[in-house]
Amino acid sequence: MESFDFIELKVPAKADYIGVVRLTVSGIANRMGFSYEDMEDLKVAISEAMSNATEHAYKQGEEGEVAVGFGVYPDRLEVMIADHGASFDVEEVKKGLGPYQNTPSIVELREGGFGLFLIEALMDKVEIKNDYGVIVLMTKYLRENEVDMNDDQISTTQ
Amino acid sequence: MNLSMEVHDKDDVLELALIGEIDAYTAPSLKETILPLTEQANKTVVVDLEQVNYMDSTGLGVFIGALKSANEHQSELRLTSLQDRVRRLFDITGLDSIITIDSTVRGGD
Repeated sequence: MESFDFIELKVPAKADYIGVVRLTVSGIANRMGFSYEDMEDLKVAISEAMSNATEHAYKQGEEGEVAVGFGVYPDRLEVMIADHGASFDVEEVKKGLGPYQNTPSIVELREGGFGLFLIEALMDKVEIKNDYGVIVLMTKYLRENEVDMNDDQISTTQ
Repeated sequence: MNLSMEVHDKDDVLELALIGEIDAYTAPSLKETILPLTEQANKTVVVDLEQVNYMDSTGLGVFIGALKSANEHQSELRLTSLQDRVRRLFDITGLDSIITIDSTVRGGD
């Protein structure tokens, strides 16, 4: 079994705490040596998953918690975000995801639905489990060369 | 992790300067501020994003709503001075071809 450090965080399922989780992932990614660009990708992806989890809890009228787990491996960071609310239909949510093409008329523009699309665009691997509540498992790999190239930028952002 | 907003009224141009982060926590107040601006007919609403150092899809959603509103009220929406990271989200999602974004792009700090 591959050894790794595990960090766990539980926050109320409220938008107020998304920024706290974002700062946490930024700190962990910084410690691991991720590039500035990759840290920013991680911040957006994790915030998107947190937004989905808190919005879902809000719609259900629940005052639940969101559990966030960080698996720190030598070559990658795995982030698990689990809400404990009722399941929603992932396939339904994934329909209509993706970038805009062929410039639709402004009236038809959708205001939501970019969350999962951005998570998939910004992370290396994404799995969504939909058994008891929704669990999003996201992986981002460390790229050693990139770290060296951007060394001077890393320490400034947290 | 907050967002502050300043509105400057210059005749036909309404400038909205944003400072801070746009996420699910701050997006509702941004929406409350920007929609009344875009509902004024024949105005140009210029959103200055120079000091926005973080944004995610909740921000994209607010700007799409503002664009729709501007369109309905014969006004115009422009985004200006985006940091690279913020600009990137518009590129990835294809929204850069739908929302008017000024070409002057600033580097992320």
